[in-house]
Amino acid sequence: AVEEPNSFEQITNYNNFYEFGFGKTDPADNAGQLTTNPWAVEIGGLVDRPGSYSVADLAPENAVEERIYRLRCVEAWSMVIPWLGVPLAGVLQKAGVQPGAKFVAFETLYRPEEMPEQRRNSMDWPYREGLRLDEAMHPLTILAIGLYGKPIPNQNGAPIRLVVPWKYGFKSIKSIVKITLTDRQPVTTWQSMQPREYGFYANVNPTVDHPRWSQATERRIGAGLLGGRQETLMFNGYGDQVAQLYAGMDLARDY
Amino acid sequence: MDRIRRLPTGVVWALGTLPLALLVWDTLAGNLGIDPVRDIEHRLGRTAVYFLLASLCITPILRMARVNLVKFRRPLGLLAASYAGLHMLSWAVLDMGLLWSQMLKDIAKRPYLTIGMGVLVILLVLAATSSNAVIRKLGPVRWRAIHRWVYLAAPMAVFHWLLAYKIWPGKPLMILLAVAVLLAFRLPLLRRRVGLRAGSD
Repeated sequence: AVEEPNSFEQITNYNNFYEFGFGKTDPADNAGQLTTNPWAVEIGGLVDRPGSYSVADLAPENAVEERIYRLRCVEAWSMVIPWLGVPLAGVLQKAGVQPGAKFVAFETLYRPEEMPEQRRNSMDWPYREGLRLDEAMHPLTILAIGLYGKPIPNQNGAPIRLVVPWKYGFKSIKSIVKITLTDRQPVTTWQSMQPREYGFYANVNPTVDHPRWSQATERRIGAGLLGGRQETLMFNGYGDQVAQLYAGMDLARDY
Repeated sequence: MDRIRRLPTGVVWALGTLPLALLVWDTLAGNLGIDPVRDIEHRLGRTAVYFLLASLCITPILRMARVNLVKFRRPLGLLAASYAGLHMLSWAVLDMGLLWSQMLKDIAKRPYLTIGMGVLVILLVLAATSSNAVIRKLGPVRWRAIHRWVYLAAPMAVFHWLLAYKIWPGKPLMILLAVAVLLAFRLPLLRRRVGLRAGSD
């Protein structure tokens, strides 16, 4: 990307992480108490080597690379973020994906003592997300562990999170504790809460509006008071790499 | 209480411009955080709702506490309409970047925007018919009939606020409850209970 990344301050002080509150600054205000060390990610389901993996197992230092990705939130704002991470494909291969696996399900940590919103019934915790296996194996899909060359701050999904740059931000689940390979499309949090508004695929798509707002344009955070809006690109501008995943699908139906 | 009543309405105007002054100050001083556009837009909208609520408190205070603050109702209503207008302008200029075609399509298609524009139209009509000259011209019966539209505008404004979220947030839900209570005072049944005369609003 030729676009200038957002500043570390912008990225770490303006985001959604509903476990810490529904406001854009709540994650930065409330995530400090989250314990991220030790941390274990349980990989299971249709894999040859199920088990508990540490962050270092999944993303050894010598495998980590920088990826500067656009992030498009379903709320029609966007940023550009320099992540550090590893391709998810490599992680899944390490666990040994069995032939029957068709989907990957993810779960965020459930720890109400440290995640204040989980002490309320505002959502069906823990947060769940999922990808089709080919989406998960796509080279653009990464597990991120860092930001701007530093370990990822708690509010952005420490210590390890998913980043799928052609999908709305809510697909990129944070603070992952569980990855399950399955033969069935997993139930995901937003889709189960409001199926009319949030689909399983959630591909960035300027031609399919959210029922309550248009997705045709977006506001780049940091553009300034008179920065206006820019056009949203199909698949968030990654169509060259990912459009073939959806060949023949009706993306207005499978939104 | 009598002392409050004797204050000139200019005090309400002065207090009423305070939120705007603070917002301008916060904008210029860079206190608004990562996304100033959103903060400006939302603060103006919230302020409009608060003044609308304040204007709806005047009659219940008169009936229940027997304190007559009616002369403050017009400035409170005009402040609500002004902040609603600024809120819409901030949406059009800062948030939408004056993308006219998308704005018009969105207003027609998105319930929360349709409702928001409806509220603004009502408040502007009420503001335009608020002067003594217009009140005289319309006569009290017709004037009152027009200004009862505020009972629709207030809950619609909070509904517009609620619909812009992904979830049901606590604060606007509480405000909606407050609006419901304030409107309940206008129901004939309750009005009789608290000794209100029929026909008064």
